[in-house]
Amino acid sequence: MGPQTYNSFFTVHGIIMIFVIVIPGLPAVFGNFFLPIMIGARDVIFPKLNLLSWYLYVLGILTVLTSLFTFGGAPDTGWTFYAPYSFKTTTNMFPAVLGAFILGFSSILTGLNFITTIHRMRAPGMKFSNMPLFVWSIYGTGWIQLFATPIVGITLMMVIAERFLHIGFFDPALGGDPVLYQHLFWIYSHPAVYIMILPAMGVISEIIPTFARKGIFGYNAIVASTMAIAVVGYFVWAHHMFTSGMSTTAQFTFSLLTFLVAIPSAIKVFNWVATLYKGSIRIEVPLIWALGFMFLFMIGGFTGLFLGSVATDVHVHNTSFVVAHFHYIIFGGMGSAFMAAAHYWLPKMYGRMYNKFWATVGWATFFIGFNVLYFPMFILGYQGMPRRYYDYLGQFHNLNVVSTIGSWILATGLIITIVNLIRGARNGPKAGMNPWEGRTLEWTVPSPPPPENFDVIPDLTSTSTAH
Amino acid sequence: MSEGKAHITNYSTLAMVLGSLLVLTWATVSITSINLGPWSVTAALLIALLKATLVLLYFMHLKFDSKLLKISFTAVIVVFFLVILLTFFDYLFR
Repeated sequence: MGPQTYNSFFTVHGIIMIFVIVIPGLPAVFGNFFLPIMIGARDVIFPKLNLLSWYLYVLGILTVLTSLFTFGGAPDTGWTFYAPYSFKTTTNMFPAVLGAFILGFSSILTGLNFITTIHRMRAPGMKFSNMPLFVWSIYGTGWIQLFATPIVGITLMMVIAERFLHIGFFDPALGGDPVLYQHLFWIYSHPAVYIMILPAMGVISEIIPTFARKGIFGYNAIVASTMAIAVVGYFVWAHHMFTSGMSTTAQFTFSLLTFLVAIPSAIKVFNWVATLYKGSIRIEVPLIWALGFMFLFMIGGFTGLFLGSVATDVHVHNTSFVVAHFHYIIFGGMGSAFMAAAHYWLPKMYGRMYNKFWATVGWATFFIGFNVLYFPMFILGYQGMPRRYYDYLGQFHNLNVVSTIGSWILATGLIITIVNLIRGARNGPKAGMNPWEGRTLEWTVPSPPPPENFDVIPDLTSTSTAH
Repeated sequence: MSEGKAHITNYSTLAMVLGSLLVLTWATVSITSINLGPWSVTAALLIALLKATLVLLYFMHLKFDSKLLKISFTAVIVVFFLVILLTFFDYLFR
């Protein structure tokens, strides 16, 4: 593979995975389905706005895909579209940027819809103080979507204005500042990481108490940490820019804030473990995926502190260490949580159960493949292998081979898992209304839920807890 | 929320707000003829902030809206302020 093709591959991989798959993944699939049921509502408050959000999503995907297959060739800037290269490259930057812009609108509308639904559509007795934790996580995510996404929209418009109208925002030749672009881009894109991971944490907070068969440990602490991540996570963006020529004052400030945001994440992990402690644990596939999430998320989280610390970041910045860290958080974290959610809620969504043996085999293969694929990248990065290079020195060869073999194992695990889920949804045995003995409202309606979820809106005023 | 209780602002108030906006626009233009050095941007931003506040409070009815909307809006302003402040931790100390 030549350098140009390689650049296009990692760029398009990033754009599609982040903007099309990971950001909308959990909220769009499970949020739309379960948010109304979990708060005792028949639908989201603005169904037509929801539909518009879906149309924008499809339009955004088509626009991004246009950049791949039309003249000029796929974009080669990396998913970050860093200036000044992004307005100098002759590849299809414009459709890719426009696609990300449209997908951003879809995200904003979804966030707005969910926040308003949670404020206005809760069943009687469903208070903020007893709302399911998945709903809380969607709520925190909604605020980030509303606050942060417009900034990337404006930034991408500035890139387009600079490129076509030659207005100097980021190009030094026109009097602009390339570092300003990085600020604006990461003001959105770092909170976007929390858009990805917060709903995942919400899923885990639902699954663990169900299978530990006891109430969640520290409900209020988990809620507070969700909102703390949403707020503090907004102010850590420049830890992506420690080597970009930023002032040392900014380096110090953002490093400190980054360490602060680790605290609420750690609170969550502590509470999940404490929930399991002395629980009557029932080992089922969703719990296995949830435990896998915790393991991989912890590795991703702790290695994030290496990158949040200025001194170590200078050493491993732009190496495959960053690639490993990011994939442990997003693929190992959000990806595992998505699979946990799929295995937890599929019986509710389709009324059928998958094959648990093959689901476990799929998880084990994924888990082994994941670590074989990504862990060597930590070592390679520490040894100095840069990321986003189409070639590497001979000394890095062996671990790259190990990593490649890991990718085959991981792909096998994913195929087993997805095929098993599809077969279960189509032909699996009937699952019943509440196969996991869950205590939230979705387990009180038939599987699959009827149109508009409830014949009679549930009244929780006499119930002490809904979560 | 106050559905069905639409607030009607009287014309004299609206006229005063319009007048204030025009005066502030004149001030924005006039202040450029005074050499304030690095403070010229600050002055322009302060006037713009004042104008935006008037529009939001009176023309967009924030003054008469529910507490939740006021809190939400204030939160946006606070976040925006903090983002600007943190960005200037870079630009002012380079």
